[in-house]
Amino acid sequence: MYEGPVQDVIDELGRLPGVGPKGAQRIAFFLLAADSTDVGRLIAALQRVKDDVAFCKTCGNVAEGEQCRICRDPRRGDDVLCVVEEPKDIVAIERTNEFRGRYHVLGGAISPIEGIGPDQLRVRELMVRLQDATVTELILATNPNLEGEATATYLARLVKPMGLNVTRLASGLPVGGDLDYADEVTLGRAFEGRRRVDS
Amino acid sequence: MYVRQLSVTDWRNYHQAQLTLDPGAVVLIGANGQGKTNLVEAIGYVATLGSHRVAGDAPLVRAGADRAVVRTAVVRAGRELQIELEVTPGKANRARVNRAPATRVRDVLGILRTVLFAPEDLALVKGDPGERRRFLDELLVLRHPRYAGVRADYDRVLKQRNALLKTAGSARRAGAAGDLRTLDVWDGHLAEAGAALLAGRLELLAALRPYVVAAYDVLAGGGQTELTYDASVSELDPEADRATIGEALRRELEMVRAQEVERGITLVGPHRDELQLRIGALPARGYASHGESWSLALALKLASYDLLSSDGDEPVLLLDDVFAELDITRRARLAERATAAEQAIITAAVEADVPSSVQGQRYEVAAGEVRQL
Repeated sequence: MYEGPVQDVIDELGRLPGVGPKGAQRIAFFLLAADSTDVGRLIAALQRVKDDVAFCKTCGNVAEGEQCRICRDPRRGDDVLCVVEEPKDIVAIERTNEFRGRYHVLGGAISPIEGIGPDQLRVRELMVRLQDATVTELILATNPNLEGEATATYLARLVKPMGLNVTRLASGLPVGGDLDYADEVTLGRAFEGRRRVDS
Repeated sequence: MYVRQLSVTDWRNYHQAQLTLDPGAVVLIGANGQGKTNLVEAIGYVATLGSHRVAGDAPLVRAGADRAVVRTAVVRAGRELQIELEVTPGKANRARVNRAPATRVRDVLGILRTVLFAPEDLALVKGDPGERRRFLDELLVLRHPRYAGVRADYDRVLKQRNALLKTAGSARRAGAAGDLRTLDVWDGHLAEAGAALLAGRLELLAALRPYVVAAYDVLAGGGQTELTYDASVSELDPEADRATIGEALRRELEMVRAQEVERGITLVGPHRDELQLRIGALPARGYASHGESWSLALALKLASYDLLSSDGDEPVLLLDDVFAELDITRRARLAERATAAEQAIITAAVEADVPSSVQGQRYEVAAGEVRQL
C-alpha cells in the first residue's frame, strides 16, 4: 500500500478495463514523474469527453451534439440499417468503405449472466426507427459469438411481422489466409455457408 | 505408438529424471509416495494437458521451483516426434514440438494418445452421473476434436439460460411478471448445441458398447454388462439424427417450462443425462461389489483403448496401481491385455503384484530417483 493520493490513483486506474494492479501502479508512477502540463492535457481531455461527447439521439453512436456524423450525412441511404453492438463496431465497418447505409448501436448483447436483456439494450429505439417503413433491409452485425447470435435471433424474430429483409453477416475464412490455419469451428461454419461459383 | 523417452525437471517430487522406454510392458516399482504415479501423470499430461489427479497446475511443480518441464519422445508409425512442455503455474504454459515452439499449447493435443486407468477411476462406476458424462465427453473430444467446441458452446448456453430462469423465477416469487421474452431464443440455441452433443454421445456409445461388453466378459470371466443412455428427453430414439434430437429437445423444453421457471434451472438436456451401467439385471452403482465395480471401471477404460485403436493409432496404455486391487484370475487377464498393447506403462508397489507373465523393462522408483533394474 502507498500513501493516500498515490494509492487513490492506483485504485481508480485499476478499475479501468484491461488495466491490472501492476499496470495501474506503472501508470500512476508514470503520471507522478510526468510534466504537469502533460497531466493537465490528460485531465482536460478526460473532462471534455464526459462534458461534450454524448450518444447520438438516433443511432446511439458517440456524437458531439444531438446527432452523430453518420446520421447527419445526407449522402447516406436510409433504406439499409446495420445493427451493431458497440460504437467501435461502426468504426470497424466504416474502415471497409463498403457500407453506405445507417447504423443502430444496441449498446451490448443479450446476456442474462450479466443481467442484460432487451430492456437494457436500445431495442425499443430500434423498433421506433423501423416503424415508418423507410428501412427495407436490416443487417444484423452483432458479434459471431453465442450472445451476439442470440441477440440476432431475438431481433430477427421481433421484426419478422414487419416483413423486412433481414440479413446476417457471413462467418467463415479470413481473406488471404491458409485453409489449414483455420480452427475447426470457423472452417465448419465456412462449409455451411458455402456459395455457388458462377461461371 | 509408444513413448521412447521421458524426462522430467522439477516435476512433482523430481529434481530431474530421465527414462528410456521400450515398446511393450514397462513396470515402475516403488513403495507408496516415491513418485511412480508422478511419472505416469507426466505422460498423461503431455497427452491431455491436464492431470488426472488435480485441476490446477500448481501442485505439478516441485515445491521451491518456478516451473516444471516434461520432455517426451513419441514414436508414431515409425516416426519420432519430440514434445516439450513447460508448465508455469499462473502463467501460460509453453510447448515445443520437435524443438520448434508451437503457436498454441493446444496444438500438442492428439500427438500422444493415452488411456489411463488409475484408482480414481472407480468413481466411473460408483460416482455421480457427472463422472460418467465426463468420461463420455472426454472420449468424444479425443476421437473428434471439434466436440471440444460443442461442449464449450453447450456449457455457455446452459449458463445463460439458467441465469435467465433464475432471475425470472425470483421476480415471479416477488410478485412481478419476470422477463422471459428471450427464453425462446435460448431454447433454440440450447436445443441446437444440446442435439449436437447428444448425437455425438449416442454415436460414441454405440461404437463403444460392444468393446465394453467384451472387455468385462474377459476380465470378470463371464457376466453380462449393459450400457444404456438415460436421456432427460423422453422417447429418444438412439438412432435419431441431430435435427430430430433438436426437435425433441425443443418440445420437451416447452413441456417443462413452468417447472423450470419455478426452480430456476434447466431441467432437460445432455447435462441431466445418465450413462446407466448394469451388471446382470442390477444397476452397477449401489449394487455391484467392490471387485465388480473395479472390473467394470477397468472394462470402460480398456474399451476406450480398443475403440481408439480401431480408429487408427494404438494409444499408450497407462495402468496406475491397479493390479493390487484385483484377484489372481483378474490380474492374469489384465496382464494378457497389457502385454498385447504396443506399450503399457504399469506402476506397482511391489514386484509380486504384477503377474510374472508381464515381461519387459523394470524401473525402481525411490524418493524421486529412478533406476533401471
